[in-house]
Amino acid sequence: MTTPTVTARGAAPAAGVPAAARPRSRRPLAQWGFVAPAVLFMLLFFGYPLVRNVVMSFQHYTPKTFFTGEAPLNGFDNWSAVFRDALFGKALWHTLVFTAGSLLGQFCAGLALAVFFTRRFPLNGVLRSLILLPWLVPMVVSGIVWRRILDQDTGVLNSFLDAVGLDGHTPWLTSPHMALLSVILVNIWIGIPFNMVILYGGLQEVPRELYEAAALDGATAWRTFRSVTLPTLRPVITVVLVLGFMSTVKILDLILALTDGGPADATQTLGTLTYQNSFVRLDFGAGAVVGNVLILISAVFAVFYLRANRTEGK
Amino acid sequence: MSKRFNRRSRRAVIPLAVVCALLAGAALTGCGRQRDGSVYTVLNSSTDETYHRWDAEAMARCGERLGVTVEQQSVPAAQVMTKALRMASSKSLPDIVQFDASEMPVFAEAGGLTDLRTLGLDTDGVPRGIVNFGSYRGTYYGAARSVNTLALFYNKDLLGQAGLKVPTTWAELRETARELTRGKRYGIALSAGGAEDGVFQFTPFMWSNGGDETRLDGPRVVEALDYWKSLLKDGSLSKSTVGWTQADVNDQFMAGNAAMMINGPWQVETLNTKKSLHWGIARIPVPKPGAKSVAPLGGAVLTVPDTGDERRERMAAKIVGCLTSEREQLTYARNSWMVPADEKAAAVWRGQVPQLDALADQVAAARSRTARLGAGWPAVSLALQSAFQAALTGQSSQAALQRAQQRATNGN
Repeated sequence: MTTPTVTARGAAPAAGVPAAARPRSRRPLAQWGFVAPAVLFMLLFFGYPLVRNVVMSFQHYTPKTFFTGEAPLNGFDNWSAVFRDALFGKALWHTLVFTAGSLLGQFCAGLALAVFFTRRFPLNGVLRSLILLPWLVPMVVSGIVWRRILDQDTGVLNSFLDAVGLDGHTPWLTSPHMALLSVILVNIWIGIPFNMVILYGGLQEVPRELYEAAALDGATAWRTFRSVTLPTLRPVITVVLVLGFMSTVKILDLILALTDGGPADATQTLGTLTYQNSFVRLDFGAGAVVGNVLILISAVFAVFYLRANRTEGK
Repeated sequence: MSKRFNRRSRRAVIPLAVVCALLAGAALTGCGRQRDGSVYTVLNSSTDETYHRWDAEAMARCGERLGVTVEQQSVPAAQVMTKALRMASSKSLPDIVQFDASEMPVFAEAGGLTDLRTLGLDTDGVPRGIVNFGSYRGTYYGAARSVNTLALFYNKDLLGQAGLKVPTTWAELRETARELTRGKRYGIALSAGGAEDGVFQFTPFMWSNGGDETRLDGPRVVEALDYWKSLLKDGSLSKSTVGWTQADVNDQFMAGNAAMMINGPWQVETLNTKKSLHWGIARIPVPKPGAKSVAPLGGAVLTVPDTGDERRERMAAKIVGCLTSEREQLTYARNSWMVPADEKAAAVWRGQVPQLDALADQVAAARSRTARLGAGWPAVSLALQSAFQAALTGQSSQAALQRAQQRATNGN
């Protein structure tokens, strides 16, 4: 933390600037001093692990490495091994479907609820806080509870379907064709509160006059929503979607609790594959490769997010 | 924000910073704590209250005998390996690590363990099978206190009401399971979950049929998997089996949702909490009459990691010796319902818990998962998991196992 400040301070008197100019020249130093802790923090806690992870993906990193400290470089061996594995393609596809499905469901339900709660009606506040519950429950707890609910024979959901006369034998988590869908549905349930809260906040910001003007112009409810609500809400929507994307694409805990990647790898995602490579097979190089792919995907969307923000700023 | 507020908040910054620095400092010094000379630590997976207590008591007894303090640090079973590896890289390995026997070869292969014999632990009186169980490439790294295996648990009342005998062959098991399936109740429950649990449960079917983990696509393995599929097709086995752990299977059996189950003795403690449940135990049925029932040998071994401090390692070996002594083995076996590793202790135990006799027989003929593959086991296990899950959810056993063999040989 001290390095930049010390060198800068040492350089200042040597420059021999007139006394009047000194305060101004000191200003950039002070500015750097304020930036330094943040930069240092980023380098230490984000830069270092990131670089380490990239390097690791080119190393033969095994349990032995923990003792000898030696991890010989092996070029693209890890990368080609991971890309040749059929499971990687599957996991990538599952990750995309999971992310797209979750975001779509969460966003639509969240937006609908947010719009609904902008109306005034009794118990509005109570209901709104109740809907936050899924957000407050730890992910693993939700996973375990849903695993019970979705059990094919003894689960509450199938029993309920049976009771109302629908055939309650859906293999929610036990059929490879259903499992991914079920996991997505659970994740939607978890993600609704976040979407709703942010969008609800955004809706409060939409100027009332615009609605009045639209009403005077004789716009229908749908037209008002499309031409007034959505455009003014756009920056908030970008934030919600990008943040949602980042937290969904790296999903691990929920899937481990619900299906452990099964049945028959039907719910393996890049997150679970990284976990499996690194902590079950103990091939840390391969785990790092999948981790890097995940980071790369997130980075692409981060760029979109920053660009969107910049255009909003203008 | 008023100016006064600003000034006040600025004044608060300095003490706050000092407090933060102190806290961080205290946390860091905690990491660098020096080892206490007479305190020995054991890393194990005894996170259950009962197991933690039994271990604590045994360690206290051994510590007293040897004049040291023995402490345990328990983490979930799946984390013992990664925790131990992390400790290895930071040169803070505990004195004793209790590994699941199937994980020990990986740690030994990495060069993390010491030969127990050179540390002064002798293996006289330890059955050959148990010595092999704790050995990797001929070196004895791990001493077992107890071992376990799988057996067929059955609900005595349900079998009695239906007038059925305990099945001994695959054909009988299939028939009995079909007859015991009624309404919401399935004939049999087993774990085909996508984790080591499922593989553990598949091995007795694979091995008793003459199959082998070195050739997953061999006809004997395919037959074994087809047999599992037949139970599913009959409707005697729930489709949820692909999502069940062994603990889930036990829950199903206890709830009366299954009349029989494949499970291990570590469930007995829980089973006995339900007084109205009358269960019996038998060997896992074999493919044909007269065939040998080969079940997997499970359990944990106590190892002494290579810390470079020979004096401490010798003492650690003495602690292992005490924990695996005949008396401690018996105490542990009576508590946990597992079979003592030692021959003499096992004989005494048989007399004390005659109801688990079938287990002791099964253990005597049991086989270790890593005997053939050693450190290569995890890759094969992963491939096998996804194979039987694929087969149980629709694929043909042949195709699924062929794919598994490919994955196992390619290493991905």
